[in-house]
Amino acid sequence: MKFAVMINEGPYQHQSSDSAYNFVKAALDKGHEIFRIFFYHDGVNNATRLTIPPQDDRNIVERWSALAKEHELDLVVCVAAAQRRGLLDENEASRNGKDANNIDESFRISGLGQLIEAGIQADRLVVFGD
Amino acid sequence: MEGDVKKFMYLNRKAPYGTVYALESLEVVLIGAAFDQDVSLAFVDDGVYQLANNQTTTPNDGIGMKNFSPTYKALGDYDVTKLYVDQESLEARGLSVDDLMPLTYEDEDDDWAEKPSIRVVSREELTNIMDEQDVVLSF
Repeated sequence: MKFAVMINEGPYQHQSSDSAYNFVKAALDKGHEIFRIFFYHDGVNNATRLTIPPQDDRNIVERWSALAKEHELDLVVCVAAAQRRGLLDENEASRNGKDANNIDESFRISGLGQLIEAGIQADRLVVFGD
Repeated sequence: MEGDVKKFMYLNRKAPYGTVYALESLEVVLIGAAFDQDVSLAFVDDGVYQLANNQTTTPNDGIGMKNFSPTYKALGDYDVTKLYVDQESLEARGLSVDDLMPLTYEDEDDDWAEKPSIRVVSREELTNIMDEQDVVLSF
């Protein structure tokens, strides 16, 4: 089956991202396809490469990044939600005159159309929220 | 993608202010309208407050946040014409349809007659409508 996943909460504060990660891993292990993972609301915070969790805890961002590289996952961060919350890639930073960027290289910034398209293309869209 | 029309439901469960869910949900609805899918919105729990009439948020009279409720009035122009409101949620909050914005759309199949977009439905009706959906986005 072809799944799309939407993650609506940030890392650590909510379990949403952890649950989604476990779901995606299980789906891939079973041979399913993950069409896209879309990060919205505070979920965009899962994309900052500047996160530093304590050493004895999981690194949620690096975990997503590693899984994406292993399985060529399409990790998409909503541009409007990201800009509100100070999540920028190099392009967005220079376009908006900001002096830094923080998006991990495994994520890409795009628009909400990517979410709707995922809903159309996938057999199931699974939402992980609060 | 052409010819591939799915039933999309946006499920709104949160009050319009206090968290950003309602505002960002509405942003998805507006973008999604460009994709020519079969779209409906459902309002349950505190989500029914999103449609409350006479919202005032100016710094003098309210909480100093952007009042985005006028945007719901534009949904009809985006062919978003099915807004289901859970009756139980309304009643539990002492509200009736008269406390909600009088949202309408022009029905192109009926000589552009103006019709109400809001339909108050029972839990059972809403359950059946949800069951028919291909995609449910929960906010």
